Amino acid sequence: MSAFVDIGALEDVPVQGARVVRTAQGCIAVFRTLDDRVFALEDRCPHKGGPLSEGMVHGDRVTCPLHAWAFDMNTGQAQGADEGAVRTYPVRVRNGRILISAELMARRAA
Amino acid sequence: MRKKLVVIGAGMASGRMLEQLFETAPDAYDVTLFNAEPRGNYNRLMLSPVLSGEKTYDQIVTHDGGWYAAHGVDCRFGEPVVQIDRKARVVRSNKSAAEYDALVIATGSAPFIIPVAGRDLPGVVTYRDLEDTEAMIAAGIAGKDAVVIGGGLLGLEAAAGMAARGARVTVIHLMGHLMERQLDPAAGYLLERDLERRGIKVHCKGATKAILGHDRAEAVLLEDGTVYPADLVCMAVGIRPETRLAVDAHLEVERGIVVDDALRSSDPHIFALGECVEHRGQLFGLVAPLYDQAKVLAKTLLDQAAEFQPVQTATKLKVTGCDLFSAGDFAEGQGREDIVFRDPGRGIYKRLVLEGDRIIGVVMYGDTSDGSWFYGLMKDKADISDMRETLIFGPAYQGGTTPDPMAAVAALPPEAEICGCNGVCKGTITAAVQAGATTLDLVRARTKASGSCGTCTGLVQQVMALSLGGALVDAPAGMCKCSDHSHEDVRRLIRSLALKSIPAVMQELGWKSAGGCPSCRPALNFYLLAEWPLDYRDDRQSRFVNERNHANIQKDGTYSVVPRMWGGVTTPDELRAIADAADKYNVPMVKVTGGQRIDLLGVRKEDLPHIWADLNAAGLVSGHAYSKGLRTVKTCVGSEFCRFGTQDSTGLGIRLEKLLWGSWTPHKVKLGVSGCPRNCAEATCKDVGVICVDSGYQISVAGAAGMEVKETEALASTPSEDEAVQIITAFVQLYRENARYLDRPYKWVAKVGLDWVKAQIADVENRRALVERFELSQSVYRRDPWAELSTPTETPKWAPLADLTLEAAE
Repeated sequence: MSAFVDIGALEDVPVQGARVVRTAQGCIAVFRTLDDRVFALEDRCPHKGGPLSEGMVHGDRVTCPLHAWAFDMNTGQAQGADEGAVRTYPVRVRNGRILISAELMARRAA
Repeated sequence: MRKKLVVIGAGMASGRMLEQLFETAPDAYDVTLFNAEPRGNYNRLMLSPVLSGEKTYDQIVTHDGGWYAAHGVDCRFGEPVVQIDRKARVVRSNKSAAEYDALVIATGSAPFIIPVAGRDLPGVVTYRDLEDTEAMIAAGIAGKDAVVIGGGLLGLEAAAGMAARGARVTVIHLMGHLMERQLDPAAGYLLERDLERRGIKVHCKGATKAILGHDRAEAVLLEDGTVYPADLVCMAVGIRPETRLAVDAHLEVERGIVVDDALRSSDPHIFALGECVEHRGQLFGLVAPLYDQAKVLAKTLLDQAAEFQPVQTATKLKVTGCDLFSAGDFAEGQGREDIVFRDPGRGIYKRLVLEGDRIIGVVMYGDTSDGSWFYGLMKDKADISDMRETLIFGPAYQGGTTPDPMAAVAALPPEAEICGCNGVCKGTITAAVQAGATTLDLVRARTKASGSCGTCTGLVQQVMALSLGGALVDAPAGMCKCSDHSHEDVRRLIRSLALKSIPAVMQELGWKSAGGCPSCRPALNFYLLAEWPLDYRDDRQSRFVNERNHANIQKDGTYSVVPRMWGGVTTPDELRAIADAADKYNVPMVKVTGGQRIDLLGVRKEDLPHIWADLNAAGLVSGHAYSKGLRTVKTCVGSEFCRFGTQDSTGLGIRLEKLLWGSWTPHKVKLGVSGCPRNCAEATCKDVGVICVDSGYQISVAGAAGMEVKETEALASTPSEDEAVQIITAFVQLYRENARYLDRPYKWVAKVGLDWVKAQIADVENRRALVERFELSQSVYRRDPWAELSTPTETPKWAPLADLTLEAAE
């Protein structure tokens, strides 16, 4: 099983909003849904690089703030007519704390 | 020789466990029972009927002294246990001791007390046991003010109980809707509505800051500044497992006492059950799993194999008149589908969450009679694909009709206003139809309904269709895929049904999605704040990025910052402050905008609150260059310096900007004020333009200079600057109240007709009322968002949540 690191409290992420985590592999957007589920996605839209963390969260989807591409946060797949995907990362909540995959502590292998 | 069993805690779980044990093997153990409370076991689920006065303590006792005596239990009631000696296998209380071969810890849970000032004042109680309940009854709460902190199951039962005893009750809940663990926002809204109808005030998104009072509790202060008077404050924010004895005895404890499937702790002679345990990372608060644990532990104690397998349980609220049911997992997710049924007229909401032809979650409100049927299908993992089409209608109703999109209109009372321009109510239209007005033109001719601005046409047609019993012809398109109602209908129904929250709109108007989409949410947020400026609280997460962050996002994810320059006038000090800020935050580009101000482009998000604070310190505020609201008032120098100027156009521009700034509108609003007909401020392609002439002020509206270019059209002329300001304010408010979200004024005026707009503004009484409503709204919104978002508590929220690159470097 892969290890997890604590990145903050669930309460620090607004409901239907996101916060950014800076990692050696780039910025990760950590989302919180209306029903308190948490997702971690690469914070970069494959279309024009928009920060998904600033998108509107609706259900388990997020819509990019720049050109309104929508992504399923479970898979990172673009929805509708758009084609593309963002990376998703393992994340979980335990005792009100958000834990993210410890792999993000390290640089991506070259 | 019989083995010795010691039990700590005489609650519902241990009571049931002893019952099971005595039933199967009455002679297996000599039992000693310690209990801190001076009594045996009673049904805690029934505390709320005791609180409300429907039941007495004697009626809720399940195991009294006689029962324990009949089974030979050595009861040590009123003796809190102080130590477990695992080496000697002895339990010690404050008075006595008992040896054990097997020990059961069933200490339950303790109420969580939020650490705010005043929590120790007399009059602050919890709601957990009979003592708490009796304290609330003894306080004599009839006619007094009570505040319940916590809108979960327990808090709401406490609130209903106190209300039944005649208290004025307010419930303060931290989250966006009540019982958020069990309900989705739609069901939470219905619950809130029913509680308010029963006289219980509900304040969601309320964080308690302090309990005020000198010798005893007098009021509760919230973070947002609201104060509720409170003779009694009941904290019901949650529970935590009572694990102190286990911790002291060095048993393995996480959030609760860790037990395995046989309910054995890390010591093979010690067991635990109930609310104090943690099993596979999970805690337990509802009674059903506790009774399952009791059964398993009784077997374990008799050396029979048994495993505790938690099952999903259903929740019902024990408050009369609030009928809700919740079970399973109702989160949205990949491969999951919703079936939603709403009947706005009867206040019914049902939602089934499906995954792979199986029900995995149920939320119901208003009519829960099919709850156990759905729950059964869910527990049995039944394949529902055959009855999917009619599933939501329940077992008795296969082959039902689809929900009626006109239900909201049908539910309107006859006196509900349909046409605002001409003051025509639903009853008048119905009467006209019954008297033979069967076409829209006839209805218009006889009642004037939809005869002026025409935006209520869709609603008038729906009322007609209801009276005629026929189908709707040429219904306007719904505002998005979530709703069949047009924007105009939604606005009007928000008003006539007094809907004051997004979940309220979605429920009462039969939204087809569970929580809306990026298209309808920003529109609803605007309609609600425009209609109910004092009641509605802005939903930041329903705004697009620029309005949420009060800055304009750029293609690289940085932001631009534009401070307000009233009427385009600035000072050397302001310019110095802007220059200093540009240097300090390494702003890559400083640009003069088309709206006569200065744009700082390329600011990083985490720097926004800092640059705002620096600009605020020099007296600069947000220019709202990002908002669907007042942008700029462009001016020329006017009579103060210009040899052609006829009036003080600069002064009028500044006056208008100071009046209108901060207001939210359906789309952006730009003004221009020129001091003479040479029109150096290009006022005639703005949303509102003023041309000053010798005789006064010519006001024109509905210009455009974007994708479309359009000259403004004359609205009114006046010799008085004061009157010019009133006319413009009234026009902006008329636009706020009537236009569809994302229609610029020129689009809206084209739809309703300039003549209608002129008539509304020309009527002096109407104009004054519009100005008054604008002022009321501005009493809330005429403030600087930058100042509010750059406080010490807000500033950290703009930075990344964590920086793992730093930790990796260490």
